[in-house]
Amino acid sequence: MSYLEFLGQYGDRILSGTLVTVLLTVLSSVLAIAIALVTGLMRLSPNAVLRGIATVYIEIFRGTSLLVQLYWIFYVLPLFGVTLEKFTAGFVAVGMNLGAYGAELVRGAILSVPRGQWEAALALNMTPARRMIRVILPQAVLIMLPGWGNLLIELLKGTALVALIAVADLMFQVKQINGTTFLSAETFGTALIIYYVIARFMITPFMRWLERAMQRKLGRA
Amino acid sequence: MDAQDLSGFPLRLEGDAVPMVSFRKVTKSYGSLVVLDSLDLDVAEGEMVSVIGPSGSGKTTVLRMLMTLETINGGVIYVDGEPLTHMPRGDRLVPADSRHLRRIRAKIGMCFQQFNLFPHMTALENCMEGPVHVLGLSKKEARERSEELLAMVGMTEKRDQHPSRLSGGQQQRVAIARAMAMRPKVMLFDEVTSALDPEVIGEVTNVIRKLVAEHNLTMLMVTHQMGFAKDISDRVCFFYGGRIEEQGTPDALFGHPKRERTQQFLSAVREAI
Amino acid sequence: MFDWRWDFTWDILPRLIAATGNTLLAAGLGYAIAVVLGLALALAQRTPSRALTLVVREAIEFIRSTPLVLQIFFVFYVGPQFGLRLSPWTAGMIAIGLHYAAYLSEVYRGGLDSVPKGQWEAATSLNLSTSRTYFRVILPQALPPSLAGMGNYLVGIFKDTPMLSVIGVAELMHTANAIGSETYRFLEPFTLVGIIFLALSLPTAAGIRLFEAWVRRKLGMV
Repeated sequence: MSYLEFLGQYGDRILSGTLVTVLLTVLSSVLAIAIALVTGLMRLSPNAVLRGIATVYIEIFRGTSLLVQLYWIFYVLPLFGVTLEKFTAGFVAVGMNLGAYGAELVRGAILSVPRGQWEAALALNMTPARRMIRVILPQAVLIMLPGWGNLLIELLKGTALVALIAVADLMFQVKQINGTTFLSAETFGTALIIYYVIARFMITPFMRWLERAMQRKLGRA
Repeated sequence: MDAQDLSGFPLRLEGDAVPMVSFRKVTKSYGSLVVLDSLDLDVAEGEMVSVIGPSGSGKTTVLRMLMTLETINGGVIYVDGEPLTHMPRGDRLVPADSRHLRRIRAKIGMCFQQFNLFPHMTALENCMEGPVHVLGLSKKEARERSEELLAMVGMTEKRDQHPSRLSGGQQQRVAIARAMAMRPKVMLFDEVTSALDPEVIGEVTNVIRKLVAEHNLTMLMVTHQMGFAKDISDRVCFFYGGRIEEQGTPDALFGHPKRERTQQFLSAVREAI
Repeated sequence: MFDWRWDFTWDILPRLIAATGNTLLAAGLGYAIAVVLGLALALAQRTPSRALTLVVREAIEFIRSTPLVLQIFFVFYVGPQFGLRLSPWTAGMIAIGLHYAAYLSEVYRGGLDSVPKGQWEAATSLNLSTSRTYFRVILPQALPPSLAGMGNYLVGIFKDTPMLSVIGVAELMHTANAIGSETYRFLEPFTLVGIIFLALSLPTAAGIRLFEAWVRRKLGMV
C-alpha cells in the first residue's frame, strides 16, 4: 500500500483523532492556566493554610507521573463516588498535572516583578487585590509567557496518554490502525509529524504572537 | 580569510636581523568596518614595544591577531622568521592549517585584561596544565617549573588556592606565571592592569619589570599606564584609526610628539590624571 | 479510608517493590544513555558545519515536541516492519534515552554558552588542543550550571518510566495494572504506585540540590 493509499483509507480517522487531540489540548490548557493562577497566588498568600494546600497540591502532582494520576483519576476516583467520563478524566488529569507546573511559573513570575512596582502601587494606596490585578499580574504575565510556551507543548504531549484510557485521540486512532494493519512506520510516523506540526507551527507561533501582543499592550514594543 | 595574492610575501624571513614579530600589510575588518588598515610593524628579538591609543584604534586587535584569536583579512604575520597565519606549500603561501598554527603559536604567550585563569584549577594547576598536556613534560618537571615561576611572581604561598580566593592582582600574577611556564619567545600583555584596583597595579607592573630585566623576551604590551609604558618600553607605538599614527622611543613620543593627534591624545590622558 | 484493605496492601507490596527495582533500572539506564548522547548532540551543534548544526537542531526540536509514549510505540513497532525485532527493554531504552538526550542537550548547550569567551582564549594562548580544551577547561565549567537542569530531568525520566508499560516493560505501572486486572482492585495498587513515586522523587530532588552545591564547592567555584 502506498502512503497515499494509506492516507486515503485512514485519513478520516487520523483527522478525527487530531481534532480530539486539539480539543483536549484546548480544554486542558484552560484548566491548567486556571489552576496555575489560583495555586500560584495561593503559594504567595500570607495565609499559611492556603500556602500549605497549594504546596501539597503542587508537590503531589509534580512528584508523581501524569500516567499514574490519569489512572488514579479514572480507575480509583469512582471508588470515592466521583465518576468521570473518560474524556473528562483525560483532560482533567492533564490540566491538573500541567497546572501544578504552571503554578511555579506564576509564582516565579510574580516574584520577579521589580520591587519598585509593589512599592509604587502601595504608595498609590491601592488595595492588595487591585494592586495584584492592575499592576503586578500584567507584568508577570509578560515574564511567564515564554515558560508557558514550553509548558503548552508539554501539555500537548501529555494528552497522548489519554489514549491509554481509550479516549479516541490521535494517539488512540493510530494505535488502533496499527493494530489491524501493522503499518507502524506509516501510522506512528504520521502521528509524530502531526504532533510536531501542532507544536511547532501552531502553539509556538501563537505564543510568540501573544507575547508581542502583550508587549504592545504594556507599551514595551 | 579572503583569497588574496600572496606572491609578494616571502616564504620565510631570512638575513642578519630577522625580526621576532613582523606584521606585513596586515588588514583586519569586520564587514565594512576596517579595524586595522595594512599594518606594517616589526618587533626585534628582546624588544619591548608598548601600544597605546584611544579605544577603537585597533591596538588590542594587534595582540589578538598575533595570538591567533582573530583571523586576518589580508597580509601575513611572521613570527621568528616563519609565517604564522600562513604556511608554505611548494613555492607559495597558503592559509595555515591547525597543525601549523599550533606549532608557531607555541612561541607566543599572552596575558589578558580579565586574567582568564581556569576557575576550577588551583594556581599551581593553572600553571602546570600547559606544560603537562601541551609540552608533554612530566608532572614533576612541570611542577618544578611552575613553582619556580610562582615564586618569581611572589605567589608561592597561594599556589594551592583557586582563583576565586585570589585578588585581581594575585590572579594576574598567576596568569603571568602560567603564560611563562610555556617558555614563549614572545609575550603579549593585553591591558593587564585595566581590571585592577589602583592599589594593586604596582604588584603586577613590578612583575613585568622583572621579566624585562631577567628574561630575553620579546614583548608587546597594550596599556593605558602611560608612566609605566614610558619607563619600561624600548619603543612606543601610538595607534589611531587602525594605523600607527606615530612611533618612537618613549622619550621622543612622550616628550616631543610630532603628530597633532598624538599630542591631543597625550594631553587628554594627562588631564584625566 | 473508604474501602482500603490492608491485608491486600501487604499482599501486593512485595510485588510492587520488586517492580520498583525495574523502574529504577529503566530510569538509570535511560538516563545514562541520555547523558552521553545529549552531550554528543550538544557538541555536534558546535562544529564549524552549519548544515550539521541545522539538522541536529531540527531533530532535537522534533523529539522535544512529540509525545514520548508515541516515540516508544514507534521505536518498538517500526523495527519489526523492516525485519528488526527489538525487545521491549531495548526499544524502551532507545526511545526514552533519545527523548531525554534531546532535553539534556539543551541543558548542556546553556552550560557551554555560559563559559566566558576568555576561557577559550586562554586555552588557545596555552596552545591546548580542541579536545583538551573541552575536557579540561570548558566542560568542567559547563557542568555546575548544568546540574540543576540535569537533576530535573533525572527526576523527569524517573516519572516518565510508567510509559514503558505500554510496550510491556514490567515496571511499577505495568505491575500495578496487572494486579488490577487480576484482582479487579485498583485503589491500593494505583495509590501505592503514587506513594512510591512521591517517596522517591521528592528526596531525590532535594538530594540533587545538595549535590549541586557540593560540586560547586569541590570545583572551587563558590
